Amino acid sequence: MIQNDPGTSPPALRTDQLGRRYGRVWGLRDCTLEVPAGAITGLVGPNGAGKTTLLEMIIGLLQPTEGQLAVFGETSHAPMAARLARVGYVAQDHPLYRDFTVADMFHLGRAMNPSWDQELAQARMGALDIPLKRKVKALSGGQRAQVSLTMALAKRAPLLVLDEPVSSLDPVARLEFMREVMAAAADTGLTVLIASHVVSELERLCDWLIVLTGGHVQLAGPTDDLIAAHRILTVPRATPDAELPGLIIHRTDSDRHSTVLVRADPARLAARQHPGWQADPVGFEQLVMAYLQRPSKTARDDTAQAAARPGPATKAVTR
Amino acid sequence: MFRFRLDGSSGVPPYLQLVHQVRQSLLLGYLREGDRLPTVKDVAGDLAINPNTVVKAYRQLEHEGLAGGRPGQGTFITATSSPTLPEAQQALRASLEEWLRAAEEAGLSSEEITALIAVARHDLKKERV
Repeated sequence: MIQNDPGTSPPALRTDQLGRRYGRVWGLRDCTLEVPAGAITGLVGPNGAGKTTLLEMIIGLLQPTEGQLAVFGETSHAPMAARLARVGYVAQDHPLYRDFTVADMFHLGRAMNPSWDQELAQARMGALDIPLKRKVKALSGGQRAQVSLTMALAKRAPLLVLDEPVSSLDPVARLEFMREVMAAAADTGLTVLIASHVVSELERLCDWLIVLTGGHVQLAGPTDDLIAAHRILTVPRATPDAELPGLIIHRTDSDRHSTVLVRADPARLAARQHPGWQADPVGFEQLVMAYLQRPSKTARDDTAQAAARPGPATKAVTR
Repeated sequence: MFRFRLDGSSGVPPYLQLVHQVRQSLLLGYLREGDRLPTVKDVAGDLAINPNTVVKAYRQLEHEGLAGGRPGQGTFITATSSPTLPEAQQALRASLEEWLRAAEEAGLSSEEITALIAVARHDLKKERV
C-alpha cells in the first residue's frame, strides 16, 4: 500500500507490485519502482515488453489490475482531474486535429486544462517560427511534434511523459525536439519519462533508467549507480560461472577467453579481482543491450509457472 | 561565450566530456580566468543533454578549483593558468615529437601509434593500483 510521508514531498512516480492483465495475458506484472522529482528517466524495452502499459497507467488511460501507482502522491484512486493535472503526455504519433490551426489546438488546450499557460504556448511557437494560423495538416512532422510537446508543456504539469516521441522524425527534427525537452527540464525542474528504442541517444538524455522485458522490470535506478554496479570481465574461457563474482548478466565465449557482464557491489568486485582477469567499466549502451538480450522470466509465464520459477535472479536486479 | 560539444560515439561519459573540454580550453588559452560558462539551461538546450549532467560537470570543475558559481550570476572560470607550467609543457612536447618521429620512421601507422600509447597508459595505471 502506498502511503505518503507527510514530512517529505512525494516522489514523481512510485509503483508497488503494479500489474495489468489483458484477458488472460499479463502486460506488466510485479512492477515496483520509485523515480524522484526532477529525474529524466529513459524507459527501454522491446515491443510488447509492457512500456506502453506502464505509461498508460501513469497517465491515467488504463486502470491497474493489481498493485498501486502514485504520481506526485496522487494514486490511481484519486479523482481523474487531480491525476490528469499532474501529467503532460506526448504520444508517439503526435495526435492533433488535422483541420485545426495551431491557435485552435491551443484554444482546446486552454478549455481542457485549468492551469493552461497560453503565454508559454505562444512564445514557444514564436521561438520555433511556427505560425499560429497554420493548419496542423500543413505542418512538417517535426513542427507537429513541437506543437504536441508545447500542448503538454503548457499544461504546466510536473511530469512529462513521452512515448517514442522521435521515432517518426528525421535526425535534425529529433535533435531539435530533444533540445526543447532538455531546455524545458532545465528551466522548470520538470520530471521527464521517455520511452525510446533509440538506446544510443538515451545516454545523454537520462539520469535514470528503467529496462523492461517480458512485462517485468529488469533494471531500474540512477544511471551512474547502475553503471558503477557492473563490470565487463575478460576471463579464460574455462572459468565456470560459479567462480565469477556477482550476478552474471551476459556471457560471450570465444575460443580462449570469455567476456562476461557481471553485476555486483563495486567493493565486492574489487575484492574478488583475480590476477588473470581484466575488469573494465561498462558503457551505457552496452549495459542496456545486455539486459535487453537477457532471457528473462516473462509476465506470461506467471500464470503457468509461478510456483516453479521463483526467480531470485530477477528479484536481485530489480532492487 | 564558450560552447560545448558532445561526441556521442566516444564512449566517454557526457559529463566528463564537458569537464575535459574546459580543462583543454584552459590549457590552450581559449578560456581565461573570469570567463563565464554558459548557463545549465543553455548547455542542456544546445546539446540536447540532461541538465543534471551539466550541473554534475560544473560541480566537478568547482571541485577541481577550475570554476566557481556566483549566486544569481552563473559559473565562472577561476583558474589563473594552465595546471602544467609552460616550460615543462614545451619540453614534454619536444620529447613527444621526437618519439612520434621515431615511431613513424619505424613504420608504425597512426593507428598503431595510438594503440601503443593507449596500452602504455593502461599499463602505467595498473602499476599504480
